Amino acid sequence: MKWDVSRVNEWTADEFPRGAVIPEGGNSHDYVTGGWRSERPVRDDEVCTQCLLCWIFCPDTSVVVRDEKVVGFDLDHCKGCGICANECPTNPKFGRKAIEMVPEGCELPGVK
Amino acid sequence: MLQQKTVASTGNSLVAEAMRQCAPDVMAAYPITPQTTIVEEYAKFVADGRVHTEYVTVESEHSAMSACVGASAAGARVMTATCSQGLAFMWEQLYIAAGLRLPIVMANANRALAAPINIHCDHSDVMGCRDSGWLILFAETAQEAYDNTIMATRIAEHPDVLLPVMTCLDGFITTHSIDRAQVMDDETVKGFVGEYRATNMLLDTDNPVSHGNFAGLGGTYFEFKKQHRQAMNGALKVVKEVGAEFAELSGRPFGVIEGWGMEDAETAIVCIGSTAGNARHVARELRAKGEKVGVLKVRCFRPFPAADIAAALKRLKAVAVLDRSESFGEGGPLFLEVRSALYDLETRVPLVNYIYGLGGADVRLELIERVFSDLSDIAAGNAAPGALQYLGTR
Ligand code: SF4
Ligand code: SF4
Repeated sequence: MKWDVSRVNEWTADEFPRGAVIPEGGNSHDYVTGGWRSERPVRDDEVCTQCLLCWIFCPDTSVVVRDEKVVGFDLDHCKGCGICANECPTNPKFGRKAIEMVPEGCELPGVK
Repeated sequence: MLQQKTVASTGNSLVAEAMRQCAPDVMAAYPITPQTTIVEEYAKFVADGRVHTEYVTVESEHSAMSACVGASAAGARVMTATCSQGLAFMWEQLYIAAGLRLPIVMANANRALAAPINIHCDHSDVMGCRDSGWLILFAETAQEAYDNTIMATRIAEHPDVLLPVMTCLDGFITTHSIDRAQVMDDETVKGFVGEYRATNMLLDTDNPVSHGNFAGLGGTYFEFKKQHRQAMNGALKVVKEVGAEFAELSGRPFGVIEGWGMEDAETAIVCIGSTAGNARHVARELRAKGEKVGVLKVRCFRPFPAADIAAALKRLKAVAVLDRSESFGEGGPLFLEVRSALYDLETRVPLVNYIYGLGGADVRLELIERVFSDLSDIAAGNAAPGALQYLGTR
């Protein structure tokens, strides 16, 4: 059963779990950390060779892969570190990398 | 069926024995004088296969308490021991153990803090962490050190408490002197402390939990501190109940405070730990001469039994509070709390504070006699209360 925290802002001291324990596993996904980002990765699908290096190196498991192909980034959790862009190999055919870091705008991801 | 045997033993041996009987799953400890023989003897129990305890040897007290925190969050019954610099080095972990509501039991062999370096008894180590959220019990004798360890296990793990408990005994005076004591049989102690069933345990992989979480934004930290405060306030009742049950079982009375001659005393000494014995000895002699003197020993310092202390002292003409540590610039911690406990009384009780025995300075009987003599002057209106005094310094 999912831990119901919908009223967390109204909870009294008695309602919080004792000792600040979180009585549920795997919920760090619910905590949106993408708001820290000052740059975001942008991938050009045409240039991308699907080498998956970005997926291997991303420290926040924010490179989204489906059917063994990179399809995009989880911008709720990508912190904009640029490691994926750094590791992305230059494609000789295009003379550039598939990932480029671009300045983040003011549209922050919504807090769930 | 309860069987008690009388032994001649040191306070530290009796603490190790009580811990063995309470059978912790994990002990993580680092030796430091005068606590050393507790963990040394416990290590022997482990080596001899007399306990199932996982004994974690660590490189410091900071690591000792860190390992205790981890083991307790995992769901184990956990114990350790330290004192002085070791306790000081544990500081931040003490707050974490309490804040995470982990029922760790730790013996503290009261010893002075450097500098200058000193290995002898005073209470400055434990008094420094009186706000860390641990329960704090004090023993006068080796017997009480044994008894407190067993009671502490029950109290810490009580569902209404779930807080760590520190059981203090005076360095060398109680830790190393051979004393007469009664030791209960293993089965009785085992039955009294019961089996520890942790809730929110990290090792329960069917019900995953996380400990040590962030409670920063939106003020939730404050709510957790309120929870902690409620648990600590409620703990006084549990300490009394467990004490009453233990007294019934062992035949040795336990109270959060313990009075001698307080029923009709006109003046009294309030103190903590081994000095209560010296104070009672002098009080007995003065009683024989017809002086109405008493001694009030505080056995539970956190939670502080303010109402019990106020009730015990309210009719007195003069009271001396003896502190074996000092909050520099203010006075003795016990004095400050006793004075605060008496504030709401209708009549004001004249109080005087003495700092004594720092770094193991001897508490000679003449010094206690001087305190009682000062008290009779105050009671007769020939001297003023209030001033902080040092007992036994040059
Ligand atoms: S910028 Fe960093 S966090 Fe974001 S996808 Fe690339 S490697 Fe991952
Ligand atoms: S590292 Fe670059 S080329 Fe390789 S999969 Fe990621 S985006 Fe595509």
